[in-house]
Amino acid sequence: MKRFLLFLPLLVAVVLGVVLFAGIGKDPTKLESALIGKTVPEFTLADLHNPGATLDRSLFRGEVSLLNVWGTWCPSCRDEHDDLMWLAEEKGVPIFGLNYKDKREDALVWLDRLGDPYRATIYDPKGTLGFDLGVYGAPETFVIDADGVVRYRHVGVINPKVWEETLLPVIREARGNS
Amino acid sequence: MTRIVLATLLALFAGLSQAEVADVYDFDSREQELRYQNLISELRCPKCQNQNIADSNAPISEDMRNEVYRMMQAGASNEEIVDALVARFGEFVRYKPELDSRTFLLWATPAIAVLGGLLVVAGVVIRARRSERQAQGLSPEERARAERILAGQNKTSDR
Repeated sequence: MKRFLLFLPLLVAVVLGVVLFAGIGKDPTKLESALIGKTVPEFTLADLHNPGATLDRSLFRGEVSLLNVWGTWCPSCRDEHDDLMWLAEEKGVPIFGLNYKDKREDALVWLDRLGDPYRATIYDPKGTLGFDLGVYGAPETFVIDADGVVRYRHVGVINPKVWEETLLPVIREARGNS
Repeated sequence: MTRIVLATLLALFAGLSQAEVADVYDFDSREQELRYQNLISELRCPKCQNQNIADSNAPISEDMRNEVYRMMQAGASNEEIVDALVARFGEFVRYKPELDSRTFLLWATPAIAVLGGLLVVAGVVIRARRSERQAQGLSPEERARAERILAGQNKTSDR
């Protein structure tokens, strides 16, 4: 018993070390979405390109897709735009856009100048769908499976590395079991 | 003197009025306003992680404050309001997490630490008492034997 007590400080130090080590390298600003495993919230919002038409969540049915939250006011969105073009054109990934808290004219100019990687873009000037999705900073990208269920949320820019290491495995899994 | 006091008071209150983000909301009563202030001080901003939504200027905090106000005006309870935000942004936004299997350790740690401390103190006290009793307690036979030994030593030392 006495012997055991002598080792107690060592034991405590090791346990604490393991716990703290697990936290190293994690980015605390990236939160897991609360919507994972849930269907995309209901919405009825205008199409960016076509003010008369509305879009709703049936958009995401039938195929695993990405939902990319962006705005012309967001510098990182400019950063990832070329990689979104690459994903859409080279990899054939279906990407939907959510134009978040933005002006229609600005957004249209942006897509005209830089190219449009999106199958369709939801126009959300007040950020209502963004709020329901728990968006706290653009760019954010959701992986949505063929049943319209959120599988993953990536906070921050998309680049080939994020695609290979993070998104592709999630997409493969989502394609596999739905 | 009164002038100095007044100036100090003014300086203090100037600080206070700047500490809170000014929103223009109308409340039916003072209680409602207090309820709103309590709610927004218990909700954490997901963008600026170490601030509550009352202090934060981030657009997302503004949206969250609007939603809290909107739900309050619609007659929602505090619990419903917090749950609605947790459903969107995750448990992260609670500054006071619910007691469940994941947060059990978090809530129980103070109690465990106090109990552990009490156990250690009790152990030390009991051990001290026991050794004290042993120190004072010599049985009559032991005493006689000890005296014999001491007497013998005296004889040898006399020589």
